[in-house]
Amino acid sequence: MNFFALFGFEEAFDIDLSRLSNTYKSLAQVTHPDKFSQASDSEKLMAVQKSAQVNDGYQVLKHPLSRAEHLLSIRGIQLSHETKTLQDPAFLMQQMEWREQLEDVEHAADQEAALETLDKELQQHSQAQYIELQSLLEVNSDESDIQAADQIRKLKFMEKLHHEIELKEDALFDE
Amino acid sequence: MALLQIAEPGQAAAPHERKLAIGIDLGTTNSLVASVRSGVAETLADSQGQHLLPSVVQYKNDGVVVGEQASLNANVDPSNTIVSVKRLLGKSLADVVQQYPNLPYEFDSQSSHVSMNVCDRKVNPVQVSADILGTLKRRAEATLGDDLTGAVITVPAYFDDAQRQSTKDAAQLAGLNVLRLLNEPTAAAIAYGLDSGQEGVIAIYDLGGGTFDISILRLSKGVFEVLATGGDTALGGDDFDHVLFDYICQQAGLAGDMSKGLRRRLLDDAKAAKEILSHESGVDIRFEDDSGVEHEVVINCHKFESLILPLVKKTLRSCKRAIKDAKVSAEEVLQVVMVGGSTRVPLVRHQVGELFGKTPLTSIDPDKVVAIGAAIQADILAGNKPDNEMLLLDVLPLSLGLETMGGLTEKVIPRNTTIPVAKAQEFTTFKDGQTAMMVHVLQGERELVQDCRSLAKFDLTGIPPMTAGAAHIRVTFQVDADGLLSVTAMEKSTGVQAQIQVKPSYGLDESEIADMLTSSMQHAKEDMQARMLKEQQVEVARVAESLQSALAKDGKALLSEEEYAAIEQAMNNMLEIAKAEDIEPIKAAIEKVDSISRAFAARRMDKSINQALSGQSVSEL
Repeated sequence: MNFFALFGFEEAFDIDLSRLSNTYKSLAQVTHPDKFSQASDSEKLMAVQKSAQVNDGYQVLKHPLSRAEHLLSIRGIQLSHETKTLQDPAFLMQQMEWREQLEDVEHAADQEAALETLDKELQQHSQAQYIELQSLLEVNSDESDIQAADQIRKLKFMEKLHHEIELKEDALFDE
Repeated sequence: MALLQIAEPGQAAAPHERKLAIGIDLGTTNSLVASVRSGVAETLADSQGQHLLPSVVQYKNDGVVVGEQASLNANVDPSNTIVSVKRLLGKSLADVVQQYPNLPYEFDSQSSHVSMNVCDRKVNPVQVSADILGTLKRRAEATLGDDLTGAVITVPAYFDDAQRQSTKDAAQLAGLNVLRLLNEPTAAAIAYGLDSGQEGVIAIYDLGGGTFDISILRLSKGVFEVLATGGDTALGGDDFDHVLFDYICQQAGLAGDMSKGLRRRLLDDAKAAKEILSHESGVDIRFEDDSGVEHEVVINCHKFESLILPLVKKTLRSCKRAIKDAKVSAEEVLQVVMVGGSTRVPLVRHQVGELFGKTPLTSIDPDKVVAIGAAIQADILAGNKPDNEMLLLDVLPLSLGLETMGGLTEKVIPRNTTIPVAKAQEFTTFKDGQTAMMVHVLQGERELVQDCRSLAKFDLTGIPPMTAGAAHIRVTFQVDADGLLSVTAMEKSTGVQAQIQVKPSYGLDESEIADMLTSSMQHAKEDMQARMLKEQQVEVARVAESLQSALAKDGKALLSEEEYAAIEQAMNNMLEIAKAEDIEPIKAAIEKVDSISRAFAARRMDKSINQALSGQSVSEL
């Protein structure tokens, strides 16, 4: 399923998010099963399937990382379910450093501040990565796409780490 | 006497301009039915003028009593009178026994499902709920004077798949066509019209007789997103009665032992005092104790409030927790909707208002607000407001996942995903020649399988034998607009559709429902055949009506002449067959119409999508 086509967008990383949200609203209106409550069972089933695609497509296109991944999959590079690991020694080092930093938070005098510092650093890094990802995807060659895939793998790791930081912040609040 | 409408011979009566649809609030303590009449949504009363139907069912050897009378009999016949059945719906026997160890029912220990021995038979929570729904259905038919197109039934936002499925099964058993299961807080928000125009965060504070629920919703572009839910399943207005009862006993110097009759009487006095103290400054309670001594206890408003304050504060703590879970602040909450009879107590309104910094919405009767919202939605879904642009998008309340190695859960669809949703997961075989595998579906947020609800175990069979890891089985989980799950599976390389054996962990499978339907028919001395025939004929009418309007609108543009003629012929054939009284041929004819018009339906869907994309108005007229 090509979600760009479903939403009437060109296949590109840079998309107009407010147009996306408006298009989603219109598509949800015409595909939602509630609009078929008096129709036959097979039409209802079709509506469930179609509106599930619309909902899924909206989520995929809304978030930059899943949008990039979807774009690559249309270009023939599948990242989901892969077992391949990243071969970038510098990033692996950085990854380990961040992990250690996160573990050290427990011993910090001000845990909240320590988490915030780490999260900020992470955000700055990921912003830089997104800019690079965007220019790689714009090139649209086999070589740049392979590099873009690596970029996505890095960003996925960073997103996961960001999520772990959030969980720790939540845990601090609960104490 | 009502005048009968008689159609001229050979001419069918004109279809009703307006379809009758109802909203049902199937509550733990009380249930209600509402409908939109002359543009106004209102709850329907029974012949005695009562709107609330106590959710109590008493089974007798010669019949079933539902509501007020059953409630009065609960004390004398506790083991045959099922109270608050909603708490048992969609649960395993082990869950029930652990959560409610003191229930007076005789459970069938041979069954893993909850089944209770009452008088001469066994009943399960689905059947008990169906008896309540059936009573409301008959009330609605008597009041509205015609057959119902369908019903919207409300469920708590936190209900899992098994509880939702059980609610839907109960409705089916009661002979209701379920247009939609709707979350209770969403229904309350609709009743206040918060779906139109408003954007932002709203809170629904629901304090019923025995339960407390708080829901934080976000409304944006017609999407109702449940941000957080919380509450206490063992806290409600009944607890207010109990603290008053304790106070009365203490003031009168009554310790421990008292007759059942006096206890009952004082509890009733306490309840009455609570209601009086909600609008008056004091109440005077006089009674004679078991030894004939007269007592008088005076309670003023201030005393009442100080007695219940700890309970109210407890609900506020749940509110704060939910606000935090929703990642919003109390100030961000635009509106607070009050639901449940206990929100009439001024202290409750005052305290809730203070927490959120705004006056809560109370203009609609808090007992009726959920049923009214459900009726408004039912009216729309029945097709009475074709120009209505409102669309409710609910979210999945709890994550759906699968059991993986080591008793861990892997999330397939996270909570708060907008529904309908479909997600596929791929599996492979781990042995050469393996032709079957078991998939365990779970619902919940925790990591360990044992901490989540087990929804179903699927046996995937018919996998073509291959070497280990060569077969790729794609399992698709689909959740519909009611939050109900269905599963399909396919082996990718061969395209072989693997069969799925669904074993609901706590719900009932199709054959059990069919059995229950049969036995309920026998019991009610209704004619099973007659009901099934009627259902099929209603279905024929529905299919024909929707197809006719589709043909009139898009038939010429989207179909070739031959296609048009083929569909029309199948439809006329179906209408002809439906006049006879044979169920199977009618079913086959409906199926025929369905399959022949499938491509037409798909083209219509594509057309409306294209229109939506090109920004044209969909409601062309």
